Amino acid sequence: MAVLSQSTAAGAEARVPDRFVSASKDAGFAALVTLGLCVPLVTLRTDSEEGGELILVPRLGLTAALCLAIFFARLGYLLLWGKEARAARQPTSRKEAIKTVATPRHSLTTIGLPIALGFAIAYPLLVTVINGGLSEARYWIDLGILVLTYVMLGWGLNIVVGLAGLLDLGYVAFYAIGAYSYAILSTTFHISFWVCLPIAGMLAATWGVLLGFPVLRLRGDYLAIVTLAFGEIIRLVLINWVPVTNGGAGIASIPRASFFGLPFNDDDDGFAAFFHLEFSPMHRIVFLFYLILALATLTSIVTTRLRRLPVGRAWEALREDEIACRSLGINTTTTKLSAFATGALFGGLAGSFFAVRQGFVSPESFNFLESAIILAIVVLGGMGSQIGVVIAAAVMIAGPEMLRNLGFLKAIFGENFDPSEYRLLIFGLAMVVMMIWRPRGLVSTREPTVFLKERKSISSDLVKEGHG
Amino acid sequence: MRGETLLRVEHLTMRFGGLVAVNDLSFTAKAGDITALIGPNGAGKTTVFNCITGFYKPSEGRVALAHGGEAAFAAIEEATEKGARTLSVGDGAIHLLERMPDYIVTQHARVARTFQNIRLFSGMTVLENLLVAQHNPLMLASGYSVLGILGLSSYTTRQREAVELAKAWLERIGLTERADDPAGDLPYGAQRRLEIARAMCTKPILLCLDEPAAGLNPRESLELNTLLRDIRDRDETSLLLIEHDMTVVMEISDHVVVLDYGVKIADGSPEQVKNDPKVIGAYLGVEDEEVAAVEAEVEGRA
Ligand SMILES: Nc1ncnc2c1ncn2[C@@H]1O[C@H](COP(=O)(O)OP(=O)(O)OP(=O)(O)O)[C@@H](O)[C@H]1O
Ligand SMILES: [Mg+2]
Repeated sequence: MAVLSQSTAAGAEARVPDRFVSASKDAGFAALVTLGLCVPLVTLRTDSEEGGELILVPRLGLTAALCLAIFFARLGYLLLWGKEARAARQPTSRKEAIKTVATPRHSLTTIGLPIALGFAIAYPLLVTVINGGLSEARYWIDLGILVLTYVMLGWGLNIVVGLAGLLDLGYVAFYAIGAYSYAILSTTFHISFWVCLPIAGMLAATWGVLLGFPVLRLRGDYLAIVTLAFGEIIRLVLINWVPVTNGGAGIASIPRASFFGLPFNDDDDGFAAFFHLEFSPMHRIVFLFYLILALATLTSIVTTRLRRLPVGRAWEALREDEIACRSLGINTTTTKLSAFATGALFGGLAGSFFAVRQGFVSPESFNFLESAIILAIVVLGGMGSQIGVVIAAAVMIAGPEMLRNLGFLKAIFGENFDPSEYRLLIFGLAMVVMMIWRPRGLVSTREPTVFLKERKSISSDLVKEGHG
Repeated sequence: MRGETLLRVEHLTMRFGGLVAVNDLSFTAKAGDITALIGPNGAGKTTVFNCITGFYKPSEGRVALAHGGEAAFAAIEEATEKGARTLSVGDGAIHLLERMPDYIVTQHARVARTFQNIRLFSGMTVLENLLVAQHNPLMLASGYSVLGILGLSSYTTRQREAVELAKAWLERIGLTERADDPAGDLPYGAQRRLEIARAMCTKPILLCLDEPAAGLNPRESLELNTLLRDIRDRDETSLLLIEHDMTVVMEISDHVVVLDYGVKIADGSPEQVKNDPKVIGAYLGVEDEEVAAVEAEVEGRA
């Protein structure tokens, strides 16, 4: 046995120089490609001289530095993490390894949500203590509200995209319908927020069904395009239907939410007076924070329950194989419609919250970029995973905000450096890195909805993404 | 019930543009039988299945299924004229399958099927696959999800029953140990058995199997034969079976229908069909004159 292991170790050593040579060849090629790319892009820089004349400034040093950096980065990568390096470290194939070692992620998905909820509940207190005062913490609580709104939207869209496997690029339409439902109902009919909230949800769900009907026979790319168009149509209607929506100017002075009838003002019948507190505008902000937290938690609970019900299992089965579903007597039309409607319902609720928080809605808030961000949150988080969506929303929404706080970078890059200008660049880079590193999202394993003896996570290479 | 006609396929024709995949096919299948549909590649067998299970709408012809005994066929003309999908007759009913969408065929007419290329929900566990098959009764029990979300106990009881049924089937196909594994991780033979069990969980009276023995090794093939006979004898389910493997067909089927180029060329007991010169000709792809010679050879060997 000892002899055997010795001889294999010797074999592995003998292969190391081979690996080094092939890796440096590969790295050399990468450096060459870099050089080719650098010549038009980096090596020559146009600059204007004093007189306004254009001159070419050669930057050979920079080019060389870039090529060398790429060479060593590639070499290091190949030697440390390359396919052969991994093969030398563990003889089993990668696929097998993934399938059997699925347990650590399992704990993340089961305990992740309660931890996130606990953190969210304590969050306002936490930032108040850190910032030394409620008013000082306003920025942070506002940011928390924003992130939670996107968490809720992500969870809503996750039902359609992650569970049922229907690619919806127009999800923001339901968000808009919810927001405008509340805006119009409250400004013209003076209905309170608590009554409007379910109405707005229902209206959005109804529109989900109405949109669902014509597009259900479409699959894949076609479905994506039609839902994209639907999102745009809703936005155009909002702009052009001036008598109802007030067009591009939007609807302003939307009534604010009250604390079960107690308004947030410094009157005698206000919230502060009732609870014998000193009036502070922050009460309303904290209330909004807990309101969206409650709405998001509701979304999560309902989704988790639905997944364990026959309808949720049918959604996932639909994502896996629609024809097999039909052969088992499942009406795929109503199943898809129910997914659309449920997703739209939560989008509508989130929209109402948006309107009550801003006090102002305009079509500008509901453009395609919103849909794209929500979809990106779902895809980055891992389709069908709830905790993945939370992490992705936090990173995607709070991340760019964090750039504002990187003032110390000015010391390195000079006074004119503004990190938030690089927002989209970093965003794009992060996307590319994610797609290479974890193409199926942060949490890509699937948790079974029912089990006999033992709950085993299912590896992402077996779970389908759906195509229609 | 057993021995009475269950399914009647009449003048079934299916055209794809200029191609006639099934041409004026008529045959019957009896309750409690294993009826085999055989024929060379491209003969139109899968197309017949698709017409029976509602995946294709036939160009012409009628496919009628009787619930509660063959007496129901008495109402076949009445149902056809009325334009009805289903007509109740006494305790039973007649179902005109060619008028039904695919999921209704399974849900109301209780005809289940498997596919030539296995179609499991590979990212769901074995148990989940069997529960999806019980979707309709469970959906009803969950009050179309409304009561289910509130966590009502009536649903929990019903769900437990569904798991019990799934467990019973896992026992029968020998996959109890793998209940919590993803279906896509099972070996090929087990996937075939699981697909059959999944179809059986819809509680069908007619089960259509498209080449269940394809790709199985001899031992698995034997196990499959036992399973199919077991279904025929223990469950209230008759079988319609497409098969290439003649030994399987000869061993387990009670009645064989042979298709070639969409046309029925033979219909009878396995013994009759085996010795039919047309069938031998179709399978070996020889001219009619040579059939006699081949037949003689076969007889000589036997
Ligand atoms: N959807 C379709 N569109 C066009 N042609 C089709 C379609 N389905 C089947 N066909 C054609 O009908 C003929 C019969 O096909 P079918 O699949 O029924 O054969 P089969 O007997 O099941 O063959 P195999 O043993 O290879 O499964 C073939 O020529 C096939 O190309
Ligand atoms: Mg076939």
